[in-house]
Amino acid sequence: MTKQAILAGVILVVLLSAGAFGQDRPEAVVDSSNLTGAILPAPVTNIEAKNHKYDDGERIDLFWEKSVDDPDNIFGYKVYRIDKDGASELVRELLPGTTEYFDEEVENDVPYQYIVAVVGEAGEAPSEMTPEVMAAWEFFNFSKLNILILGFIVCGSVLFFISSAKSGKKLFIRKIGGLEALEEAVGRATEMGRPILFIPGILDLDDVQTLAAITILGKVSRVIADYDSKILMPVSRSLVMTSARETIKESYMSAGRPDGYNDNMVQYITDEQFGYVAAVNGIMVREKPATCLYLGAFFAESLILAETGNSIGAIQIAGTARPGQLPFFVAACDYTLIGEELFAASAYLSGDPKQLGSLKGQDIGKIVAMSAIILGTLAMTFASAWELGFMQSLLDILNSIFVTN
Amino acid sequence: MDWQIFGVWLAAFMTLGIISFLYKDNVFYKAAEAIFIGISAGYWFIVFFWDSMVGKFYVQAIESPEPEHHVWVGLILGILMLARLSNKVGWIARWPLAFVVGATAGLYMMMFFVSNAMVQVQSTIMPLWETGDGWFTVFNNIVIIIGVTCGLVYFFFSKKHEGAFGVAAKIGIWFLMVTFGASFGYTVMSRMSLMLGRLDFLFGTWLEMIP
Repeated sequence: MTKQAILAGVILVVLLSAGAFGQDRPEAVVDSSNLTGAILPAPVTNIEAKNHKYDDGERIDLFWEKSVDDPDNIFGYKVYRIDKDGASELVRELLPGTTEYFDEEVENDVPYQYIVAVVGEAGEAPSEMTPEVMAAWEFFNFSKLNILILGFIVCGSVLFFISSAKSGKKLFIRKIGGLEALEEAVGRATEMGRPILFIPGILDLDDVQTLAAITILGKVSRVIADYDSKILMPVSRSLVMTSARETIKESYMSAGRPDGYNDNMVQYITDEQFGYVAAVNGIMVREKPATCLYLGAFFAESLILAETGNSIGAIQIAGTARPGQLPFFVAACDYTLIGEELFAASAYLSGDPKQLGSLKGQDIGKIVAMSAIILGTLAMTFASAWELGFMQSLLDILNSIFVTN
Repeated sequence: MDWQIFGVWLAAFMTLGIISFLYKDNVFYKAAEAIFIGISAGYWFIVFFWDSMVGKFYVQAIESPEPEHHVWVGLILGILMLARLSNKVGWIARWPLAFVVGATAGLYMMMFFVSNAMVQVQSTIMPLWETGDGWFTVFNNIVIIIGVTCGLVYFFFSKKHEGAFGVAAKIGIWFLMVTFGASFGYTVMSRMSLMLGRLDFLFGTWLEMIP
């Protein structure tokens, strides 16, 4: 044992004096004070430092093969970072068994070198110093290339169908129940001499459901303007109020009745969810609208609104993409636009080539998704049950197409 | 005057005022509604002023030693919104609206594409059965695959729901309705706990009938 210790000490001294760990390595990096007694553990091998690909230049990845003394004769590992001036810094202490470290405290385009020291009873056994490496910024994240390709397929389909629609080709869209009833509902309100209540949800314009609701409002308010009916639109967001006023005003102008519009059709109530609900309930029971339209993003107020509308005998059409609120609308309203039907509604109502093309393009996306699910499921089933190689290959291809991280 | 007792009584009357709507619209409900709306509108005005005008603009663009100049864009867009107050230049108010709508659509497009489409597809790809799977696991996997595929068929707008396609769409809507039923029951139970909270306040904190 003593002979081995002395031999190890001599070897270490020889190696250090020969600069075997790299000429620029600072001496302070390694604590080799205990050169007698216990034997130094074997150092790590094949250490490699690489710029982390496809990030904004904030990470260097460090990999190594663990010491042959790991785990029995070591306490762990220490990672040292050496900057361009030769100053070293202990950046992390790691447990035995570790073979990688991701340094996220580096600066962009600054050269660094690394040493991983194995910590044992006798001290630290340093690795070779890595060549200089810099954390570089990449413009394009190639690991997300599949998302770009899928995006191109869907967007390309959308563009193709838009151009088809613009060239005069008639694009078929299946009937959507709630929307078929929309004109009838407005007509009913006109006949009864009662207003139409339009609630665009309680979220702001930065929610796509609110945007869909405002788009539908354009068509609904046009019908209202044509029928010379009355619309009530209490809102809970100031931006929604502004855009709704613009939309209704434009509908009245395109209907040739600009003087039929007034700003009081759209009223801001409050941003507070239940304050808004209390006000809308009050409006419902006092104004008794014949038709209530709830289109947009709703939360706990969905059932309160729909039940109050039900109690006054209004015909109710709702639409939201919030799964948690759909059950309440389905239970309490006459018609409900479920999820994507809300977004399809504006295309359906307007017949606008751009919107129709967009809807058809999304259908291509759904075909891709359905095909991938069916193919992937079959491939995974056959690959696991009968270990069919080509099925595993198909599965790998599908995984590489739909991987997201 | 003990303000805490006053607060409890006020909260109790406001609660009863709102609940009285279940009977019919009445003066107590109208009073509670008006107070609620007025206070909340004022409260949110103050919150937005301190969060946006002071917290986001003044602190970041003016007070900070390293001013964030891009915050001025938000201020300018906000000022453009006020153009609506003038009939002559009211059209300028459409610019900030267009910015909000366009930026929202662009920012969310990829996020929704990844989370609502790609992740869903990847999560749904599963083996119908594997060695050692119990019958319930196999049944569960089959239900998921059929449910997702038929649900997608229902939301396919380019083809009429008739024939085999219609059957698949019908199965899809059945899956949706069963899901809605389960969700309805779950949410109603959570609303019951909210009601119990109010009753606890009325009978416990206010009337002190609950020890």
